Amino acid sequence: MFVLERGKLIGEEEPALIPKLSLVLLLLVFTQPLLPQTASPSAAPTAAPTSDTNARLAKLEQQAADAKSSADNAWMLTSAALVLMMTGPGLALFYGGLVRKKNVLGTMMQSFALMAVITVLWALFSFSLAFGPGNGFIGGLHHLFLKGVGAAPDADYAGTIPLETFMIYQLMFAIITPGLIAGAFAERMKFSAMAVFMILWSVIVYDPMAHMVWGKGGLLNAALGGRFPTLDFAGGTVVHITSGVSALVCALYLGKRVGYPREPMPPHSVVLSFIGACLLWVGWFGFNAGSALSAGSLATSAFVATHFAAAAAAAGWAGAEWLRSGKPTTLGAISGSVAGLVAITPASGFVKPMPALLIGLIAGVFCYWMVAVVKAKFGYDDSLDAFGVHGAGGTLGALLTGVFASSVVNPIFKDTQGNTLPSGLIEGNAHQVVNQLVAVAISWALAIVGTLVILKIVDATIGLRVSEAEEIQGLDLSQHGEDGYHWETPA
Amino acid sequence: MTKVEAVIQNSKLEAVKDALHEIGVEGMTVLEVRGHGRQKGHTEVYRGREYSVDLIPKTKLELVLPDAMVEKAVQAILTAARTGKIGDGKIFFTRVDEAIRIRNEERGEGAL
Repeated sequence: MFVLERGKLIGEEEPALIPKLSLVLLLLVFTQPLLPQTASPSAAPTAAPTSDTNARLAKLEQQAADAKSSADNAWMLTSAALVLMMTGPGLALFYGGLVRKKNVLGTMMQSFALMAVITVLWALFSFSLAFGPGNGFIGGLHHLFLKGVGAAPDADYAGTIPLETFMIYQLMFAIITPGLIAGAFAERMKFSAMAVFMILWSVIVYDPMAHMVWGKGGLLNAALGGRFPTLDFAGGTVVHITSGVSALVCALYLGKRVGYPREPMPPHSVVLSFIGACLLWVGWFGFNAGSALSAGSLATSAFVATHFAAAAAAAGWAGAEWLRSGKPTTLGAISGSVAGLVAITPASGFVKPMPALLIGLIAGVFCYWMVAVVKAKFGYDDSLDAFGVHGAGGTLGALLTGVFASSVVNPIFKDTQGNTLPSGLIEGNAHQVVNQLVAVAISWALAIVGTLVILKIVDATIGLRVSEAEEIQGLDLSQHGEDGYHWETPA
Repeated sequence: MTKVEAVIQNSKLEAVKDALHEIGVEGMTVLEVRGHGRQKGHTEVYRGREYSVDLIPKTKLELVLPDAMVEKAVQAILTAARTGKIGDGKIFFTRVDEAIRIRNEERGEGAL
């Protein structure tokens, strides 16, 4: 009886185990009658097979758990590597191709420097600030120097993978987020100022935002009892709104590039941007599907939603400009795919494939309009459209998540009896849109205030912009003493 | 001696080169250049922003020829480089006083 119950329990979790379990049961049936024949008819021998079976079952359960853990861990380590690939080379190439030739290294170096600097911060204290136990706004110093971050899982975050895997996976998000801002101040910020700005921004804006949305006890956490449960699967608020809105603040604070918009500043290599965008698209599978924090069907669902949104958005952007100006551009198509990936990020683990297509299509057209019409109207120099794509696309995605979230895809809300509650507006949970709005407002506010304070501090101490002469010379030479291209140098 | 400078469409370089080889022209210098005459360039659009590109990539050939060969060479270029559309380019002539082959200091038309 006991054996059967256990068998049923495990069988529910892992259907593949049923054959193995029936083998054990068969074994049990055969060994029971056999044993009394060989042993003396006392009480002890009949007790022996039961405890033996229990031990073997316990071992089997352990092996099943280990197998699931290994499978999940394999996907999560792969995902972590994919997300790192989004920053270098993905974002570095995407942004690097969009700037003028004289700034290609300076721009790529901004992405790469974050891979180094943010990693060190994360190891020392940032992981603890973002994911350690704390209050509703920020984690504490429980995991200072990665204390207590090892092979044992943290059941609140991801019960089947080592906390160390969770830590390294989350680090890759912390790296790329400030990297996205660089698109707004491209071609004119000092490298030293950029480094200090990014360090401060990561601690003052990113860590608290990550804690509020994803950390235990965070104000906006949907799964771990937040005050305003927000649906943000992979970082629509945490990553894209914070970076995109901060980008706008940077563009406004720093002012325009010398010569903008009088001088033409076309991308020096759409080819580089193209390669970068394609790497971003592939890397995004790690970003979104990896956010399932396991290798099961939720990861598949997020993978599919991610891909569908990117495709629809590429078609949306390129189609919109085709209608408006007569030609579908390569840069438009790849920018559209990135816009779709941004918008689906918060929704990826909550929506079905058809809403994913719709979210992508809307994002492609909306972000094109933001970049081609709104930016020109207001005249701010968001050089590489970090706000137009990440700020606008992230905000759109966060709100649409509240509309299209489906409890069939992800039963995130439950009542006290464990029954699944509706997720988004289309299922009748209109209040979710309000929660999403609260999260959007908080991330906008934190990004604006935090970024302004940091810019003031850096401006007053070491200064933000390169001199006009250095800007005309280009960041490659003035900041790094290098030149990206030596194609015309004599042999 | 006459220097012939021909600015032509990039796509016509191979045809012009072959035509010149056929009539016995032995040397030439080819440069990638940018410029415009009456053809006023084109427009490029990046993320909805228009950039007018008025300096168009062109190919420039420089030949220094014995006077007897000039007319034949010009005919060869005219035939090979013409598409009949705007932007086909121009040919310029300049008198050349002297030519020296660096290897053996040969002078005049023998140096060409």
